[in-house]
Amino acid sequence: MATVNLTVNGKAVRRDVPDTTLLSEFLREELRLTGTHVGCDTSQCGACVVHVDGKAVKSCTMLAAAAAGGEVTTVEGLANGGLHPMQQAFHDNHGLQCGFCTPGMIMSGVDMVNRYKDSGRELTEAAIRHELEGNICRCTGYHNIVKSIQDAATKM
Amino acid sequence: MYPTKYHKPDSLEAASAAMAAAEDGKILAGGHTLLPTMKQHLAAPSDVVDIRGIAALHGISERGGALTIGATTTHAEVANSAVVAAACPALCCLAAGIGDPAVRHVGTIGGSLANNDPAADYPAAVLALNAMVITNRRDIPAEDFFDGMFTTTLEDGEIIKAIRFPASECGSYSKFPNPASRYAMVGVYVARVDGRVRVAVTGAGEDGVFRHDGMEAALSAEFAPDALDSVEISDDGLLSDLHGTAEYRAHLIRVIAKRSVATC
Ligand SMILES: Cc1cc2nc3c(=O)[nH]c(=O)nc-3n(C[C@H](O)[C@H](O)[C@H](O)COP(=O)(O)OP(=O)(O)OC[C@H]3O[C@@H](n4cnc5c(N)ncnc54)[C@H](O)[C@@H]3O)c2cc1C
Ligand code: FES
Ligand code: FES
Repeated sequence: MATVNLTVNGKAVRRDVPDTTLLSEFLREELRLTGTHVGCDTSQCGACVVHVDGKAVKSCTMLAAAAAGGEVTTVEGLANGGLHPMQQAFHDNHGLQCGFCTPGMIMSGVDMVNRYKDSGRELTEAAIRHELEGNICRCTGYHNIVKSIQDAATKM
Repeated sequence: MYPTKYHKPDSLEAASAAMAAAEDGKILAGGHTLLPTMKQHLAAPSDVVDIRGIAALHGISERGGALTIGATTTHAEVANSAVVAAACPALCCLAAGIGDPAVRHVGTIGGSLANNDPAADYPAAVLALNAMVITNRRDIPAEDFFDGMFTTTLEDGEIIKAIRFPASECGSYSKFPNPASRYAMVGVYVARVDGRVRVAVTGAGEDGVFRHDGMEAALSAEFAPDALDSVEISDDGLLSDLHGTAEYRAHLIRVIAKRSVATC
């Protein structure tokens, strides 16, 4: 067993879990934060994307023990009173249909906007499509997801 | 995943000791190859030794144009490094084209090389630039490092510390990515090191990355994309799989190599 100390959405948590526990399992099954979805469990789809120490990662491909000591933000941790601008933009632009991919899309969206802002680059439509290579959506055809991220980028 | 014991040592000595004490230990870096393989029960190490807590294995430095990249440096760190961009910009482009942003935030150069996936990108750069793989036991020249598909000459428990890339006059990497995974269907790194042209091809060979003598000879005579038009590119020993036939890959090698030369 591994003792995992983490800060999740600003709150300190501590659990004893098997060493093989994935971060996605830790969040969903130990902490009941089921906003993080597991689509493929093979590192392809991006539904499980969360931020670890400020970076977007696929939580199905990281051991909880490896994240220990770090700060994790899940989709539940974005809203601060009202919806986060990225969440609001997905709502306003119909950036989802079934919603399964949405938590990962939103976490990847926030990550890309932050990275492009930090490095002073313009997040063009083409750049958004390229940045979304690791997030798969089986419903929307991506157009409104791209629009949502473009919209949010002007408000973040 | 079968049960395993997780270790996170903070020194190379402690990592070696944990590996030596383990019944069947595996090094864990980004885990973006190892964890999926463990989930599929294709690997079942008794212990995993996470080397990301070892400060000495991480980071990028430059001396006289030669770059040293620590084994646990992530693809995103290489892609965004001003030091790499100044010394060897093609390496930044290569790293920026690996997988997707979340993969690049975690996957490492050491993990990619130790794994030697026949479709991985870094092996092409390491072989074309004749880089040195520095381990806790010795320095291994690129020529002696890759040993067939998913195989290297690393010994049990040997840990890559860093990769040293020599100063190069030019280098360029292009790939035709698999549209789903972004792994290379064919990737070609063209470099000029000490006045010699070196061409390394990844994604295509049954035995993993390889140099192409015919293209190197043609480019040594005339360094131009058209010089590759008359080079014979055999489909012997090339991969045939659901993504493409050997014949298709042989065709792609010329197309992608020409693109690399054009941007070199
Ligand atoms: C969705 C997806 C897309 C990808 N696309 C690409 C792509 O386009 N191009 C590409 O090149 N790769 C791609 N990859 C692979 C990715 O780059 C991996 O990160 C990489 O191959 C392995 O690096 P890692 O740090 O994750 O290693 P790990 O998975 O931790 O380790 C891999 C192997 O190397 C060993 N190892 C790791 N570090 C060391 C060391 N320092 N010394 C000795 N042995 C060590 C481990 O024991 C293990 O056997 C992709 C992966 C995924 C999941
Ligand atoms: S569930 Fe993690 S990438 Fe699909
Ligand atoms: S909205 Fe259904 S998978 Fe994206």
